Parts: sequence; structure tokens; C-alpha cells
Amino acid sequence: MHGLVAFDWHVIWLRVFHPNGVFARALWVTIYVSIISQVAGVALGLIAALMRMSQFPPFRWLSAIYVWIFRGTPVLVQLFFIYTAFNLPIINLGIWTIPSEALTAIVALSINEGAYMREIIRAGIDSIDKGQMEAAKSLGMSYGQAMRRIILPQAARVIIPPLGNEFNNMMKTTSLAYTIGLYELFADAEQGYSQTFLSEYFIAVAFWYLVLTTAWTFVQAWIERRLAASERADDLTFREQLIAAWNPVNAWARGAR
Amino acid sequence: MSANGNGHFVSLKGVSKRFDNLEVLHGIDLDVDEHSVVCLIGASGSGKSTLLRCINLLEQVDAGTIVVDGQTITDGKVDVNRLRQKIGIVFQAYNLFPHMTVLQNLTLAPRKARGASRADALDRARALLHRIGLEEKADEFPDRLSGGQQQRVAIARALAMEPKLMLLDEITSALDPQLIGEVLELVRELAESGMTMIVATHEMSFAREVANKVCFLDAGVIGEEGTPKEILSAPREERTREFLARVLEGGRL
Ligand SMILES: Nc1ncnc2c1ncn2[C@@H]1O[C@H](COP(=O)(O)OP(=O)(O)O)[C@@H](O)[C@H]1O
Ligand SMILES: [Mg+2]
Repeated sequence: MHGLVAFDWHVIWLRVFHPNGVFARALWVTIYVSIISQVAGVALGLIAALMRMSQFPPFRWLSAIYVWIFRGTPVLVQLFFIYTAFNLPIINLGIWTIPSEALTAIVALSINEGAYMREIIRAGIDSIDKGQMEAAKSLGMSYGQAMRRIILPQAARVIIPPLGNEFNNMMKTTSLAYTIGLYELFADAEQGYSQTFLSEYFIAVAFWYLVLTTAWTFVQAWIERRLAASERADDLTFREQLIAAWNPVNAWARGAR
Repeated sequence: MSANGNGHFVSLKGVSKRFDNLEVLHGIDLDVDEHSVVCLIGASGSGKSTLLRCINLLEQVDAGTIVVDGQTITDGKVDVNRLRQKIGIVFQAYNLFPHMTVLQNLTLAPRKARGASRADALDRARALLHRIGLEEKADEFPDRLSGGQQQRVAIARALAMEPKLMLLDEITSALDPQLIGEVLELVRELAESGMTMIVATHEMSFAREVANKVCFLDAGVIGEEGTPKEILSAPREERTREFLARVLEGGRL
């Protein structure tokens, strides 16, 4: 154990300000595994939420079992099960190759995330007045049209803040994939440590996780601001801001101008 | 043409509906002729909303048949979305889409459900807004409008689908008294234009003026039906008289 002064500040300095190519790849892996897992998790969560509300009981049971299992067991166990039970392929997209370990991590994290997103999406949908679905159906719109055009755009306002928190978690949780041999941010630090036995590598990697999560905090705040108010706040009364905020697409377009 | 409703535009035969062990409608028979207006009156909880909701299949009947425009809709074979496109319904709580402008509220269903072109849907929406006198509100969001204006937009939204039948469920009950007139005036115009309508209402003077037939719904059965004069001025049934007396006390006759 050495005190703060005894830190090898040079190592930290190098890792933070002079990242090498291997590090850059590891950072990229963390970023794309997080983003793809989150997006797929939202999609799975939406499917599971719709199944949960289905008239067809087996769909409801399937959805309940899914959430029960994947929220009730450690994500590390799920990760190892998928890693050892399935030999997932390498995905080669020409300029971009996703290694088998990354695909395994994406599959495990998305399935796990979907179970959490199901609850968030369901709460969002539940928060919308029943009359909205009835009005849409009464106009002859199908369930799918009503969901997509009427319910989900309104539910998005409720879903997006907790979704942002889920993504913050996701970026940190990807570090577990180090255990199945994925070379991501944490693996890069661990390798530096195993060669030098300097704990400084973990300070440096903590810094990089902070960069990611802090950057996301700003993005999330920006998105939520777009949802809650418009860019022309000065010209608008609070009431008008609320009204403008009802339409995320409009609010977004206004901000982009 | 066996199940053609015997020439009536809407025909209910022995319609029953229960929620769990609460029987809300029992054995309702009701005929509505094309271009006529039928008013449903009755105490809160008597089943008026449920009856209307059965006609556009928001609720499924447990027994009986409903024929609309020559088509039996209660046999489970009907294309529900197609059916609802020709039956407009307006709710007490307006249920406008709050995340869309007035114009978008009016054009969404024609475009998505009926496949109308954007230009056609816009033309029709503007014409309807002109008709209800709210052209200048086209680009406003619903919560910028008064209750009366919102309800007129909700009527226009239903009309945008060019329905052959309109169901109005206590559409003035949530409105401040001074806003009721503008909405009823619009419904009156609709009736004059020959729209077939079934109207659940507590507005007895409106029913007297516009209805071809008034039905008094009492605990899930039609207690009495007849012309507005017969039902509102000279009811034969004691229950009808009691109900009207109570409404009168409420100051609505
Ligand atoms: N979805 C439902 N589930 C259970 N009970 C209901 C439901 N809808 C209506 N009811 C009950 O059915 C009865 C009739 O309701 P309703 O048709 O709304 O009457 P009205 O419109 O005449 O006030 C009431 O007792 C009401 O509580
Ligand atoms: Mg009612």
C-alpha cells in the first residue's frame, strides 16, 4: 500500500493524455458494446412490454418468466452461461469486425437490459390515459398504429429519463465482459496492471469511465431539456413551453435550427 | 340479406353485457333509422356508455346481435378497424391527442387508417375546421383550446373519417355551462345535415329539439322509448317520471 504522493503520476498522465492505439480500440469496444446492448435492450424491453399487455396469456407468461429470470440472477452468471453454452461467431462487417466475445457480451447484456427496460416501458405506457388508445382505435387505427403514433410518443416523455440512467449503468457494466476475454476498457487497465503491478492503471481507467458517464450526463440533460422545454424559452411562457414539449419531434427540430 | 337489421341503419337485438358479475345491459332492443337521431337518457351508471361502446366494438357483447349498415358486427367475423372507420365516437373527455396539433389530430387517422393522401387529408381537415369555426387554431396544440373548442375538434376529428354513424357520449358533461351551447349547436347542424346519431345526453332541451326518438335507459334495460314529446312531456313509466324529476331539480330541463 502506498499513499497518494507515492503514486506513479507519470503512468496516470500517460494513460490519460497519451492513450495508445490499443487503448483507443478498448475504448471503442466499450462504447459500441454499450450502445448496441442498450438499443437492443430497449427493443427487447418493448417487445416484452407489449407481450405483457397481450390478450394472449402465454405471451404474458413468457414475458413474466423472462423478467423473473433475468432480473433475479446476476448478469455475470448470464454472461458466463451464454459464453460457455454458445459459440457465437465473429461478425465481419468489412471495415468493422465484432469479435465473438463482444457479440457474446452484447447478447448477454441486451437480454439482461431488456428485462429492466420492460418495466420502464410498461410504466411509461401505463401512464398514458386509457382514453388515448380508445380514441385511436375508434378512429379505425390498428393497435400497432395507435401504439406507434399515439401511445409511445407520449410515453417517451416518461421513459426517457430512466432510460438514460440505464445507459449510464450499461457503460459501467460492460466491464464485466473482461471476464470472458473481451478487450475493453477494464481489460486494458488490467493488462497494464498485471505487467507492472501499479494500481495507477485503475485510476486512469476510472477517469475514462468518468469521461464516458459524464459526457452521457450532458447528452441526457440535453435530451431531457428538449423534451421539457423549447429552445426559444425566452419568448415562451411556461405554459407554451409545456405545450411545445408535448411534441418531442417539434422540440427537437426547433433546437436543430 | 338476412341480417340486414330490417331496414334500420342500426339494430340491436337482445344485447346483454356483463362486467364480471355485474350485468350492465340486459336484453337491449334498439333500432335506429338512417338519418335519424336517437337520444339515450338515464341516470349515471344505467349503461349508456356501455351501449355506445358495444356499437363500435370497444366492448364485446355477451349475448344478442348488433347490425350496423346491413352488417352483423357481433359475430366476431367483422373487420373491426374497417367498421370503426364508419362509426365516429366522441367521448365526454374529448381524448384529443395532446402531442399533436389540431390539424395533425384531424389528418392522422384518415392518412394512416384509411390511406388518404396527405393533400386530401389536409384539405378535408381544413374544410372541417372552417365548418367548426376553428381554422385559426389549426396549428395549436389541444391544451391551448377551451373545453368547448376541444370538443368541437374531437367532433371534427371523428367527421374526418367520413363516418356514416356518430355516437356521442355525454359530450357536454365535462364543459362549463357557457361552453355547452357551441358544441350542441354543432351537433344540431350535424343532425340537420342528415347524420345518423346515437346521443347519450343529460341535455333534455337538446333531446327534445333534435331527437327523433328518446330512449330511457334504466339499470341496463330500456325502460321506455318514444318521441321526445312522449318521453319528456308525458312519460308513462313511473321510473321515467322520477328520473326526469331529478334532472329537473338539477336545473337542466
Ligand atoms: N370496464 C368496466 N369494468 C367494470 N365495470 C364497468 C366497466 N365499464 C362500466 N362499468 C360499470 O357498468 C355500469 C354502467 O356504466 P356506464 O355504461 O358507464 O353507464 P353510464 O354511461 O350510463 O353512466 C356502471 O355500474 C359501471 O361502473
Ligand atoms: Mg357514461
